[in-house]
Amino acid sequence: METIDIVLHVWRQAGPKAKGRFERHEAKQISTHASFLEMLDVVNERLMEQGQEPIAFEHDCREGICGSCGMVINGKPHGPVKAITACQLHMRTFSNGDEIWIEPWRAKAFPVVKDLVVDRSALDRIIAAGGFISVNTGSAQDANAIPVGKDVADEAMDAAQCIGCGACVAACPNASAMLFTAAKATHLNLLPQGQPERWERTRRMVARMDQEGFGSCTNHGACQNACPKSISVDTIAWLNGDLLKSQFE
Amino acid sequence: MPRVGKLYDSTIGKKIFMAATGAILWLFVIGHMIGNLKIFLGAEHFNAYAEFLRTVGEPLFPESGLLWIARIVLLVSVGVHMLAALQLTLLSWAARGTEKYRKQDQLAFSYASRTMRWGGVIILLFLIFHVLHLTLGTVHPSFEPGSPYHNVVAGFRVWPVSLFYILAMIPLGFHMYHGLWSACQTLDVNNKRIRDLRRPFSMAVALVVVAGNISIPLAVLAGFVH
Amino acid sequence: MQVDSMKLDAKIPGGPIQEKWDRHRFEMKLVNPANKRKYDVLVVGSGLAGASAAATMAELGYNVKCFCYQDSPRRAHSIAAQGGINAAKNYQGDGDSIYRLFYDTVKGGDFRAREANVYRLAELSVNIIDQCVAQGVPFAREYGGLLANRSFGGAQVSRTFYARGQTGQQLLLGAYQALERQIGTGKVKMYPRSEMLDLVVIDGRARGILVRDLGDGRIRAFAGDAVVLATGGYSNVFYLSTNAKGCNVTAAWRAHRRGAGFANPCFTQIHPTCIPQSGDYQSKLTLMSESLRNDGRIWVPKKKGDERRAAEIPEQERDYYLERLYPSFGNLTPRDIASRRAKEQVDNGHGVGPQKNGVFLDFSDAIRRLGKKLIEERYGNLFDMYMRITGEDPYERPMRIYPAPHYTMGGLWVDYNLESTIPGLFVIGEANFSDHGANRLGASALMQGLADGYFIIPYTIGNFLAREGNSKIGDDHAGFREVEDQTRARVKRLLENNGKRTAASFHRELGRIVWEHCGMARNQGDLEEALRMIPELRERFWAEVFVPGQGEDLNQALEHAGRVGDFFELAELMCRDALVREESCGGHFREEYQTAEGEAKRDDENFSHSSVWEFTGEGSAPREHREPLEFEHVKPSQRSYK
Ligand SMILES: Cc1cc2nc3c(=O)[nH]c(=O)nc-3n(C[C@H](O)[C@H](O)[C@H](O)COP(=O)(O)OP(=O)(O)OC[C@H]3O[C@@H](n4cnc5c(N)ncnc54)[C@H](O)[C@@H]3O)c2cc1C
Ligand code: HEM
Ligand code: HEM
Ligand code: SF4
Ligand code: F3S
Ligand code: FES
Repeated sequence: METIDIVLHVWRQAGPKAKGRFERHEAKQISTHASFLEMLDVVNERLMEQGQEPIAFEHDCREGICGSCGMVINGKPHGPVKAITACQLHMRTFSNGDEIWIEPWRAKAFPVVKDLVVDRSALDRIIAAGGFISVNTGSAQDANAIPVGKDVADEAMDAAQCIGCGACVAACPNASAMLFTAAKATHLNLLPQGQPERWERTRRMVARMDQEGFGSCTNHGACQNACPKSISVDTIAWLNGDLLKSQFE
Repeated sequence: MPRVGKLYDSTIGKKIFMAATGAILWLFVIGHMIGNLKIFLGAEHFNAYAEFLRTVGEPLFPESGLLWIARIVLLVSVGVHMLAALQLTLLSWAARGTEKYRKQDQLAFSYASRTMRWGGVIILLFLIFHVLHLTLGTVHPSFEPGSPYHNVVAGFRVWPVSLFYILAMIPLGFHMYHGLWSACQTLDVNNKRIRDLRRPFSMAVALVVVAGNISIPLAVLAGFVH
Repeated sequence: MQVDSMKLDAKIPGGPIQEKWDRHRFEMKLVNPANKRKYDVLVVGSGLAGASAAATMAELGYNVKCFCYQDSPRRAHSIAAQGGINAAKNYQGDGDSIYRLFYDTVKGGDFRAREANVYRLAELSVNIIDQCVAQGVPFAREYGGLLANRSFGGAQVSRTFYARGQTGQQLLLGAYQALERQIGTGKVKMYPRSEMLDLVVIDGRARGILVRDLGDGRIRAFAGDAVVLATGGYSNVFYLSTNAKGCNVTAAWRAHRRGAGFANPCFTQIHPTCIPQSGDYQSKLTLMSESLRNDGRIWVPKKKGDERRAAEIPEQERDYYLERLYPSFGNLTPRDIASRRAKEQVDNGHGVGPQKNGVFLDFSDAIRRLGKKLIEERYGNLFDMYMRITGEDPYERPMRIYPAPHYTMGGLWVDYNLESTIPGLFVIGEANFSDHGANRLGASALMQGLADGYFIIPYTIGNFLAREGNSKIGDDHAGFREVEDQTRARVKRLLENNGKRTAASFHRELGRIVWEHCGMARNQGDLEEALRMIPELRERFWAEVFVPGQGEDLNQALEHAGRVGDFFELAELMCRDALVREESCGGHFREEYQTAEGEAKRDDENFSHSSVWEFTGEGSAPREHREPLEFEHVKPSQRSYK
């Protein structure tokens, strides 16, 4: 089995208020078949065997769908490979002797909880503000009563794939959450079911987004490039348009 | 009006104002460039054009009336544009947080997008100089009110001034390139049919404006226009 | 507070099966709308089951508190389901009906599920799709704008609704959005990054829970008028499974220790098409859609320990064992059979790959027959995923696959109202012993989670609350203090242990024991051995485990250690359950009980029941109770896929 030796510079921060710093770790004999998070597991087990605290990082599904994992690896959210999450990154992407810098998402709206773990609850609050269709359980009509054109359904699905990881915020030079907000707004605003609340939803989600302290979008497009689901900035244009239109509705 | 105020309260709203004012400025810059290129047609043509700008609309409007309206629109646009830019910039800087990335790869689509803010400041400095130079003549070696042709030619013979004009056109080009594309995003000009044309079009216009404007000081320095 | 003896009353309503649920709904007591806000319901879990239940109960007017261990309710493991969700809509007009879905599910479960529950599930499946579409779930559509369906796992009709390969994600986001809407109105208070560590039972009724805030380590008690567990399955007892890393049995297990019966723990499902383990560092296994078996051919080299590359092995030296053994179903035999046969090949030394732990799934014939382009269209995403994980190109060389633990049919026992043996404790979703009997059909777990959450629990809980009234016991009651002290003591014990080994290393070792002794195929000798090994390892765990850090902040090692501690106890119960079930059925294959052809042999005479285990105290053997199963509608028959 092929293995590599690498050097990590990992952001360590004991708690939200503590001062952080980079810690250097040598990770030797890492299998190239291991995933990036499995590499961190190995480092952590070795740390613990020496009685030290492991590096805290968020993770759960480890297959790129739950949106838990997220760290900036060598300057790129989710690492060097496009359109995947950190948990889908494998060590064969790296070479023997590589130095890898690992940092948490950095944004005022995402305070660090510990090491690489940040608090992304702001994204949930944007959804709570309006990212839904108000339909109480049991009040729905037959599912086929409203046909939805395949192109519309597909476009809505493209946007709906967002996993809420926050990489867009991490990558955006303005720490803007536009791509996340726009993805959800687009998903719902495109569908016929989403029309009645469309304008109100748009206004409320945007207001909440602003309130959470995210920056404004100046159309850099870094978010799309960092997004593991390749959500398109077209969704941002739609959200902008809907916010403008919502002023007249 | 409450709606407008409300719209402006949100970040997207500020952007919409910026895009709208940016579009006005964008149109002005293009129109201004076309007008400026008349300098190649000779002094008479050029001066007549300047005169036309002053007298257009008469007698419905007093002399320079429309010009003043245009000036006010421009001034307000620049003001709103800058105010929004300033507010959003401060907001975004704050949003980035105090701890900076040790390593950060640039994932943005274009270099232009990252130079908007400082580019804007340079454009502002250019504008101030430019108005002092060719409109008010304060910093001009031999300003003659009513003779713009002379003012331009004499002004550009001072090579450091020409160089400054030429250099200033570079951030302007970037600003117009990303600006137009960005304004399309902000104003949801995102129709499937034109979506992919936005970038090349913005780029082409920016290049034309830069080339057109640069050609004037170059022509003066080269003695082509005298 | 233990219940002395368990009463297993399934409370199945009378009347014909088609009318039971309607009638029951009519007969159940209602809580006056104005009074609903006087009731506090605690929902643990925010997966399909938990999120849908919390949202719906809040819509009805109850005060809901909802807990999950992730940083956001949207990340529950339901998010990972790929394939689809079944519903008896018959939109394709291919002869589907509620009855047929009911029939298929009972049969698919190998006649170890409760008929009345399964019928209700099939009935409600229809409403689920309506509800989800209204919420904006972007299901796949035909060009005409109507909903598309695909067929799935053994069904002869096309009744599976899907949203690309992300059905679970889209359904969960629908439920999550409904939940967030209620959080926005203040009817639901959400507690993410919160792990339930114990259940509080006072005077024979569930009164509340103990929760550790995973962010700051605070242990807090929450009192409520009813508790709903929606904490998912326990496949992670095997360490390596397709479940998320955090999936655990802690909440269910703690409830079990407080008196909730645990039913059929040995009913676990192994999924045949996963990517084999590549090394010791492996942290989880990744599932690949079963649809791959439609075009891929499964084979192993005839020669044991063959070191040649697949391409170098000539046709006559390959064993297409499924096609050989099951000429009519071939590569499409049901999950359990395909899994078991793969294990057999690997155990007999025919395994392939660097670790000799897989079988080939070969597309070269299909590529030759259909062209690379069509294969790419059908399976491009899956091939990409495979390539990303293994670094091998499945267009060039056959995939390697191996079965992996995937789903647990067993769980806390519940009656028709989804109430456990502890009054006031309800269990929904994968956490209960569910409607799937001994084997779950593909695309039925999502259906069950949502049926439980949207359409059953909101009504049955009303019946309970209307009957029993407020709990009237606050979290300042001595009973709460007692459990709180015990919880703190357990956390403290882990932190202060002077060991050297990590919890992960114990988890891996435990997983290997359970996988080898109580995995795809079981026998008395192995199970008895496991029952000796597990307690031994557990002792070592408590003596040697090292948990770094403190309890007052985010401490993932501590979280893991606590979960592993509970997996140890569950593992033992699983083996015990597998040992006493002296038959083969569904996912439970006892090597002693098979037909001459090596198929599972059920024993309806002696085992047509659910085994429900009662916790009798630490160090004392659990007590088995039985809920007999009666089949009035679907007559038990032997499955045959020859
Ligand atoms: C890879 C994969 C693919 C699948 N594909 C399909 C498919 O195509 N079709 C299908 O029908 N089924 C599928 N399944 C099965 C199905 O996804 C699950 O059975 C179902 O989603 C379980 O839902 P749930 O709500 O019961 O639990 P989960 O979604 O697992 O949610 C559990 C919740 O409980 C919380 N929780 C757990 N423990 C605690 C604790 N101690 N304290 C506090 N909170 C806790 C978690 O935070 C989470 O919110 C698949 C499963 C897997 C693993
Ligand atoms: C007075 C000095 C100026 C300053 C300080 C300034 C600053 C800015 C800033 C900070 C932005 C936002 C950056 C972004 O969207 O990426 C912007 C956008 C823009 N600017 Fe300017 N600018 C100035 C002048 C101009 C001029 C003269 C034009 C016309 C050519 C112009 C056209 C635009 C356009 C079209 C946009 C895009 C608006 C949008 O993104 O929606 N600006 N400007
Ligand atoms: C090299 C290129 C340019 C030339 C030769 C040029 C020339 C002139 C001249 C001759 C005038 C005075 C007109 C008059 O008073 O009758 C003028 C005014 C002005 N120019 Fe330019 N200009 C150039 C580029 C620009 C650019 C790039 C901008 C904007 C970013 C600009 C903005 C203005 C403004 C705002 C005025 C003042 C208009 C008024 O209030 O009367 N110019 N320019
Ligand atoms: S838009 Fe993309 S990057 Fe942003 S949260 Fe969603 S999936 Fe993550
Ligand atoms: S990177 Fe940021 S500026 Fe806008 S386009 Fe993306 S949010
Ligand atoms: S761990 Fe779930 S997306 Fe990475």
